[in-house]
Amino acid sequence: MKEAILMKGNEAMAEAAIRAGADAYFGYPITPQSEVIEYLMHEEPQKRTGMVVLQAESELAAINMVYGAGACGKRVMTSSSSPGISLKSEGISYMAGSEIPCLIVNVMRGGPGLGTIQPGQSDYFQATKGGGHGDYRLIVLAPSTVQEMADFVDLSFKLAFKYRNPAMILSDGAIGQMMEKVYLPEQKERLSNEKIIELYGDWATTGKTANRERNIITSLDLKPERQEIHNIHLQEKYKMIEENETRYEEIRCEDAEYIMVAFGTSARLCQKVIQLGREKGLKLGLLRPITLWPFPKKPITDYAEKVKGFLSVEMNAGQMVEDILLAVEGKAPVEHYGRMGGMIASPSEILQALEEKLISNN
Amino acid sequence: MTTSVLTPEEIIKKGKVVFKKTKLINDVPLSYCPGCGHGVAHRILMEVVEEMGIWEDTIGVAPVGCSVLAYDFMNIDMQQAAHGRAPAVATGIKRVYPEKYVFTYQGDGDLAAIGTAETIHACNRGENIVIIFINNGIYGMTGGQMAPTTLEGMRSSTSPYGRMVQTMGYPIKITEMVAMLPGVAYATRQAVHEAKYVRKAKNAIKKAFENQRDKKGTSIIEIVSNCNSGWKLSPVEANKWLDENMLDYFPLGDIKK
Amino acid sequence: MTEEIIIAGFGGQGVLSMGKILAYSGIMENKEVSWMPSYGPEMRGGTANVIVIISDERISSPILNEFDTAIILNQQSMDKFENTVKPGGLLLYDPNGITNHPKRKDITIATIEGAKESSILKTNKTANMIVLGAFLKLHPVVKMVNVHKGLEKSLPQRHHHMIPINEKAITIGMEKLKIIQDLRKVATMN
Repeated sequence: MKEAILMKGNEAMAEAAIRAGADAYFGYPITPQSEVIEYLMHEEPQKRTGMVVLQAESELAAINMVYGAGACGKRVMTSSSSPGISLKSEGISYMAGSEIPCLIVNVMRGGPGLGTIQPGQSDYFQATKGGGHGDYRLIVLAPSTVQEMADFVDLSFKLAFKYRNPAMILSDGAIGQMMEKVYLPEQKERLSNEKIIELYGDWATTGKTANRERNIITSLDLKPERQEIHNIHLQEKYKMIEENETRYEEIRCEDAEYIMVAFGTSARLCQKVIQLGREKGLKLGLLRPITLWPFPKKPITDYAEKVKGFLSVEMNAGQMVEDILLAVEGKAPVEHYGRMGGMIASPSEILQALEEKLISNN
Repeated sequence: MTTSVLTPEEIIKKGKVVFKKTKLINDVPLSYCPGCGHGVAHRILMEVVEEMGIWEDTIGVAPVGCSVLAYDFMNIDMQQAAHGRAPAVATGIKRVYPEKYVFTYQGDGDLAAIGTAETIHACNRGENIVIIFINNGIYGMTGGQMAPTTLEGMRSSTSPYGRMVQTMGYPIKITEMVAMLPGVAYATRQAVHEAKYVRKAKNAIKKAFENQRDKKGTSIIEIVSNCNSGWKLSPVEANKWLDENMLDYFPLGDIKK
Repeated sequence: MTEEIIIAGFGGQGVLSMGKILAYSGIMENKEVSWMPSYGPEMRGGTANVIVIISDERISSPILNEFDTAIILNQQSMDKFENTVKPGGLLLYDPNGITNHPKRKDITIATIEGAKESSILKTNKTANMIVLGAFLKLHPVVKMVNVHKGLEKSLPQRHHHMIPINEKAITIGMEKLKIIQDLRKVATMN
């Protein structure tokens, strides 16, 4: 059996990146995720696996280094926190448009602006509905444990390459900073160029050989007819991802009268709320989206017929609640409870909010 | 006496090849204005890549600007970068492919305005890449707005009364700036508006790629070029204006070698 | 069994490392653990705290607002966390620098002179371990053999020569503990 070790979420993710056989990490320090690049620099993965780690001069430079290396067909990642992701959004849009697989990690803090360095979830819209310009989607995974911080690295790379699309791990300062027991994945080998081509096709800029046409990585097409065809292709791909890659976890939903919907740290809080509620005889459940995009719309639609209400619990002013409302289609009451600016709700105040918003009004 | 110089008729008659387009330039119409320096710069760049036999190992990065479609014209693997970010993109490529040849091809707005940080820091890290920098003192693609390299008093659509340095700052000599960085192996300023300059510019590009082969650090080749459309001049007048104005402020020659 | 603990003091008092050693000891005992620090610039010279949870079950929220135990190393933390101890819970503190002592009547209160005893050991680096010893005497949530393993795992190899002095400090903490107010049920005692 593998050894359990105690690690911060940020560190577990960095170690998991080395073990996933990542080829490169480009980043810029920002609280609360600087441990990622600190850990990588300390570990010297260049010696362990040949993985490149570089501290860029800015988030703009870092994401564009990811663009360059990712367009070479390599497994490349970056990490940042909210304000840094705003800067990276230009590059993310370009990568979505150019169909470059990569992993972007956002260890969220409260915003807007410089905001706070304490945990937040107010980048839900940015992650799931754009952030950068244009019609594009990221595959967004939301870990709620340190173990998932580690496990989602390899999963993100797999999905990113399967669909030639950027993937994002949307975490928060609490999951990034906390330590928990974690079982690290086994070390995988970095893929050779030949293996990358065999697995994912010969689309990357690896140097034009005589036996193929040149490979061009671009998001530009000045002819609107062709740009529309490209956009239709992207939308078809997104539809396929929605059909195949939706992931979520249900906790005590089977007999629940009220379902909380929450991800990341909020989902951890809600597990305690279930316990407190059930001690009082309230049948509470939690539906935890693991992929925020694609959003687990169907199970929520299905539960809407059975339950007395949904509470969206987020560390923001109410963002994911809009997707829940769309999924519920008016069949059940939907409320939101959230703290902002780096404040974290206590389980007892969430329970109180649930009772006030969904039960005493019924 | 007359045998050393052949007439055009004699050349054709003898079937002697005096010019052959490099196979690395695609057979498509260039999107550049007639008289623009980009075409020549593209050609000599691709000639160097062909002559060095490195086309299978060369990856180029196109900028945002007139040469945004450079990848349509060069028959090698290329990436198109966001505005100003080409040196960061090239860094990413070079770091995962240290044995490949990587170059950026950028204009003055891309390299010396919006991408200044990426330019300086790629040079400061001594990224082992080649930067081709076309300086025509204006934003060509967007219709002739003021560039960081627009000369004092020079008119553009956003400096309609001439660049006033008191409010708009001075034309930036970024090649001199980055030449002082220890990571830069070679910084030079060249031109392509006359044959004698073209030969020198090509030699400079060749030296830059040789530097990359020998892992010497960053090489930056500035090419002072024209923009007859943006300058509102005929091609011939534009080249004359370049000679009489641009080269005073942006003198040709090696800055660091 | 679930033990929810807040450890709070000044940055530099070893608050975070005490929590880490405790959490690692929990892992060595095959328990579920979480370690959730306060983080950010307030750590430099300001207050630092960490929430440690050790449980037989999967840990739900790593962030709590009431605790079974508060381990307090400075006045600010006393002011902030005295009222977060659950009724019947434990407040353990180092009286060094404390002017306003706890007033709660519904919790167990104990003191340990961590800073003072550490200076007797001719090191100021063991104060946190002395306090940890006092806590483990009151709430033996992990066995000493696993604390030893926890120390081995938490400390980098180059500091392993410090393990014996840390263990000695834990023993001193167990011996020098003073119970001020005892509300513990006899049944929970080991």
